[in-house]
Amino acid sequence: MSDIAQAFAAAFGLIVSRDPGLLEIVLLSLRVSLTAVTLASLVGLPLGAAVALFRFPGRRAVAVLLSALMGLPPVVVGLIVYLLLSRSGPFGVLGLLFTPLAMIVAQTVLIAPIVAALARQVVEDLWAEYGEQLRSLGATPGSAIWTLLWDGRFSLVTTVLAGFGRASAEVGAVMIVGGNIDHVTRVMTTAIALETSKGDLPLALGLGLILIALSLLINGAAFVLRDSTRGRA
Amino acid sequence: MTATGTILPLQLDGLAFEAAGKRLIDGISLTLGVGPRTVILGPNGAGKSLLLRLCHGLVQPTAGAVRWHGPGAVGNGRRQAMVFQHPVMLRRSAAANIDYALRLKGIPRTLRRARVREVLDDTGLTPLAHRPARTLSIGEQQRLALARAWAAAPEVLFLDEPTANLDPAATRAIEEVIGAIDLTGTKIVMTTHDLGQARRLADEIVFLHRGRLLEQRPTAEFFAKPATSEAAAFIAGKLLW
Repeated sequence: MSDIAQAFAAAFGLIVSRDPGLLEIVLLSLRVSLTAVTLASLVGLPLGAAVALFRFPGRRAVAVLLSALMGLPPVVVGLIVYLLLSRSGPFGVLGLLFTPLAMIVAQTVLIAPIVAALARQVVEDLWAEYGEQLRSLGATPGSAIWTLLWDGRFSLVTTVLAGFGRASAEVGAVMIVGGNIDHVTRVMTTAIALETSKGDLPLALGLGLILIALSLLINGAAFVLRDSTRGRA
Repeated sequence: MTATGTILPLQLDGLAFEAAGKRLIDGISLTLGVGPRTVILGPNGAGKSLLLRLCHGLVQPTAGAVRWHGPGAVGNGRRQAMVFQHPVMLRRSAAANIDYALRLKGIPRTLRRARVREVLDDTGLTPLAHRPARTLSIGEQQRLALARAWAAAPEVLFLDEPTANLDPAATRAIEEVIGAIDLTGTKIVMTTHDLGQARRLADEIVFLHRGRLLEQRPTAEFFAKPATSEAAAFIAGKLLW
């Protein structure tokens, strides 16, 4: 019990003193995960909407595949991206392995299916309500994609948050393609894993607390934003 | 009304629609021409709304055909519009809803701005132009739906029970807009189960019962001397099923 109390006290100490090492790790984590969620949304939102709106052979299969890919194990994604980016891999010449960019790529691959699968559901439900009206106005599936993504923006915030939650919490993919190199690719989750195995519980716990706090903060901000704008649109 | 000529008359030829083994529209043949305001009348469940959707092209018939015969009908994009009983408002301002409809018709931005202002003005919605459409009252939303459908100057406007959920004041506002649209030369085809509304608005009655066309006649004639016992019973206010 006192171990835990000590760890908490030390953790708060690190946070309050704004330890530069800690700050560096937190900022890198945010940069990687926010970039990944942005890229994944740019791909995933239109892709999910397209699967919801276009009628093509194999559409059900694509929808099932997207849903299945939501459960991609991070270590497997990490391994695949590792193979692609390693010296002998097809993108080896780019020299991206063990850089933050590699971590961004891995997390984007990991969460794009999540964003796409959830967006597909949101847009499909909206289409049930909007379909006849939009067709009557002369919309095609192609133009309806953008209409429905915009009209579903409040629900889609949750979709994007789900992607961000997954990205910021995963450790397997960034560990493999980033390598957890101090001052280069060390992010919160990999640092927590490392410090725990080294026995430096205060630092691990401090990072854990920050990770949870950031997640609460971002989700809270999104909810406030949503509630304050929903009434006006 | 345009250089390419009218798309009317609209001819329905043995039109039928079946779902789950039930004939919801049963062999309807009729012609709707330029001019008179047509009201499709009948009890709830007669197939009025479905008939409009078939005419508008939202639903494909299981038998028969919908044909636009006018000289302008060849390659006609969509010179027809529809107002639904429960119109869907986009999550944007009233003005932006109208602008959206015009954009889908490929009307350039510079022309859209003036047209949006004009149509808001004609429907009395100018003070509400910048309000989010979904915060408007049901009556205002319905008027906006009319404005949105009317904006691109369709040649035929289908209206599906546009006042079914409205109070008398809102109903009157809607009927006035419908009258104004009629005066611009747009063909009105609307459904209602409200006899008073049919008397007020219709030049021509199309009477439906259980998916079948029973009568198509001028309004005065229909109400004075209904040709079928079903129509007579409906006019007398009896329940029809």
